[in-house]
Amino acid sequence: MSDRITVAKTYKLYIGGKFPRSESGRSYPVADTKGAFLANAAQGSRKDARDAVTAARKAFGGWSGTTAYNRGQVLYRVAEVLEGRREQFITEVAGSEGVALKKAQSLVDTAIDRWVWYAGWTDKIAAVLGSSNPVAGPYFSFSTPEPTGVVAVLAPQQSSLLGLISVIAPVIASGNTCVVITSQDRPLPAITLSEVLATSDVPGGVVNIITGRTAEIAPWLASHGDVNALDLTGAPESIRADLERSAAGTVKRVLRNKAGEDFTATPDMSRLRAYLETKTVWHPMGV
Amino acid sequence: MWEYAPAPESRDIANLKPNYKMFVDGEFVEGTGEPLKTINPATEEVLAEVSTASESDVDTAVKAARKAYDRVWSKMPGSERAKYIYRIARQIQERGRELAVLESLDNGKPIKESRDTDVPTAASHFFYHAGWADKLGYAGYGPDPRPLGVAGQVIPWNFPLLMAAWKIAPALACGNTVVLKPAETTPLTALVLADIIQQCDLPPGVVNIIPGAGDVGAALVGHADVNKVAFTGSTDVGKVIQGQLAGTNKKLTLELGGKAANIVFDDAPLDQAVEGIVNGIFFNQGHVCCAGSRLLVQESIADELLEKLHARVSTLRVGDPLDKNTDVGAINSREQLTKIQELTASGEAEGATRWTSSCPLPDKGFFFAPTVFSGVSQAMRIAREEIFGPVLSVLTFRTPEEAVAKANNTPYGLSAGIWTEKGSRILWMAQRMRAGVVWSNTFNRFDPTAPFGGYQESGFGREGGRTGLEAYLDV
Repeated sequence: MSDRITVAKTYKLYIGGKFPRSESGRSYPVADTKGAFLANAAQGSRKDARDAVTAARKAFGGWSGTTAYNRGQVLYRVAEVLEGRREQFITEVAGSEGVALKKAQSLVDTAIDRWVWYAGWTDKIAAVLGSSNPVAGPYFSFSTPEPTGVVAVLAPQQSSLLGLISVIAPVIASGNTCVVITSQDRPLPAITLSEVLATSDVPGGVVNIITGRTAEIAPWLASHGDVNALDLTGAPESIRADLERSAAGTVKRVLRNKAGEDFTATPDMSRLRAYLETKTVWHPMGV
Repeated sequence: MWEYAPAPESRDIANLKPNYKMFVDGEFVEGTGEPLKTINPATEEVLAEVSTASESDVDTAVKAARKAYDRVWSKMPGSERAKYIYRIARQIQERGRELAVLESLDNGKPIKESRDTDVPTAASHFFYHAGWADKLGYAGYGPDPRPLGVAGQVIPWNFPLLMAAWKIAPALACGNTVVLKPAETTPLTALVLADIIQQCDLPPGVVNIIPGAGDVGAALVGHADVNKVAFTGSTDVGKVIQGQLAGTNKKLTLELGGKAANIVFDDAPLDQAVEGIVNGIFFNQGHVCCAGSRLLVQESIADELLEKLHARVSTLRVGDPLDKNTDVGAINSREQLTKIQELTASGEAEGATRWTSSCPLPDKGFFFAPTVFSGVSQAMRIAREEIFGPVLSVLTFRTPEEAVAKANNTPYGLSAGIWTEKGSRILWMAQRMRAGVVWSNTFNRFDPTAPFGGYQESGFGREGGRTGLEAYLDV
């Protein structure tokens, strides 16, 4: 290695396809698992969360309206770009999670493969979850899964990349858009992921990423009238029930998966189903 | 208007008894709650006294359901569960006329609706779900999806028997046991269903039916040993229940209110559309969560459509629910009638133009003449709030984009209607409706094979079809 001074990265938020600092002007130091300083991350605020919801809502019509084939290609493109940044993610995951290099490699590889897995789902969800309904009358009736809207995702606190990808990909694969609160203490891979998203044809606003204190920001998303669903995976235990109570105020769909989920295991369709609405359409038959 | 001779169905067919008891652990027992008197809303006479559950009765019922789940129902092969559920379907058909008359007496809905819709659809829900009981591995939730346990179910008064069927049939098919609370004003057909269940020899405790008011429902959904809660009713109560279940592991599905747009384009076959509009809002006195209560009509045909609509609505016969010629029956309760009156008054106060059918109304009972408001703006309460009565609000639009925007301008999202001859426009509109059910060139169609449920504040989860099984499986 040369003794060149490296260019250090400023870690910012990712909202509406842009990389703003927190409007609050706050940041917080992020350390590795041994306490050594890694970087400062932006400490997102209520206003940042609301801006992110606005961006996600704005992006929803376009993203949910793209063809499933197109969405699949966009997601696959993300995996391609992830693969190109593999070494960077390994370094960041090792730093954030305090795991050995080999373990970090395995986590990053699984994360990239996970993204590919969900990319392949986009144009199969309707065939697997939809139906033609044999109703007892002269009608054609069919049911099709549709995205529920804007999803607030509280990302896992431990698994900084694999867990993060495992909770984001199923949300957007079916056409939802999202606002993600990253792992509070391990936020750096999420910001690097946002750079990947920004450069892989994912329209701005489809994924919005906020770093900061989960317990500070999450209540504003749980009660937000323009958020349709809430993923509690990374919610601190002490506020889970409160968040659910807030979510009830606008009848949000709540995914209650708890911390400790094994993200290395092959997923099933449950995270896809969690953010889907079934729409049943009827039309008479006759001449 | 044609004159019809009265053609009432005999109330004797209902086999009305002076007293009804709750059904717990396979037996009809007196509840220790304050008994309620259920009335005929068409005459305000008391039909019967019904025992209700106290909190300790709720506990007894849940314990019975737990015991039946642990010892019998969860261990029984699906093929055996299926045969019990088929039996229920058949017995509902056999006792269909009795159930229809009893439903019309207790609820106030026209006999032609209870006879042709409520009862047959209730039977078909049991018949359909019976077949799932031994085929759950094919439903797309893995090879051996497991039941949840004890389901606590709370249902509304608008389709008392049908809602009981929607709730009980999938729960049993998936291997759960049930404690169901029927609505305070309409407990009778659910208790006859309990009689059917007893005659079908279901193991004691598999289905328990406990009448009572909202406090019984709250005790049931709040019971610590309930694994699954299913509620159909108002959005306000749905929110309370969702909040009540926060922090628990209980699985919840909600089927709540609606303010559906029924959208008529200028190329629609107007006479058919008028029939669909009438069906959409006056079916079951408008006591329908998916009622087409907001008519969005393209501006160029608004006057013509309104004229046809008024003419058609004028012919609706309001009166004795047991009369086979009655189109619109009684409002279910005085409380609901008051709510409808209050909201229609707000429509007038806010400047909408009220038209009300001049049809004669009975002297007694709770009746409300079919009413159509025109000149309604989106800000008015009658355009935003669920009236749950025979009151239609008419708004206009110019372009399909405007129709979409207005239709979706609501926190609800249960259903929508689209009337146009153009197939591509139907599909374009259907895709853009933020609603769980979209009826095109028809309205208010229900079938056990077709998933039903809402977007947004109309609730979550589906009932019917393969999709509906998810609500009762641990997946």
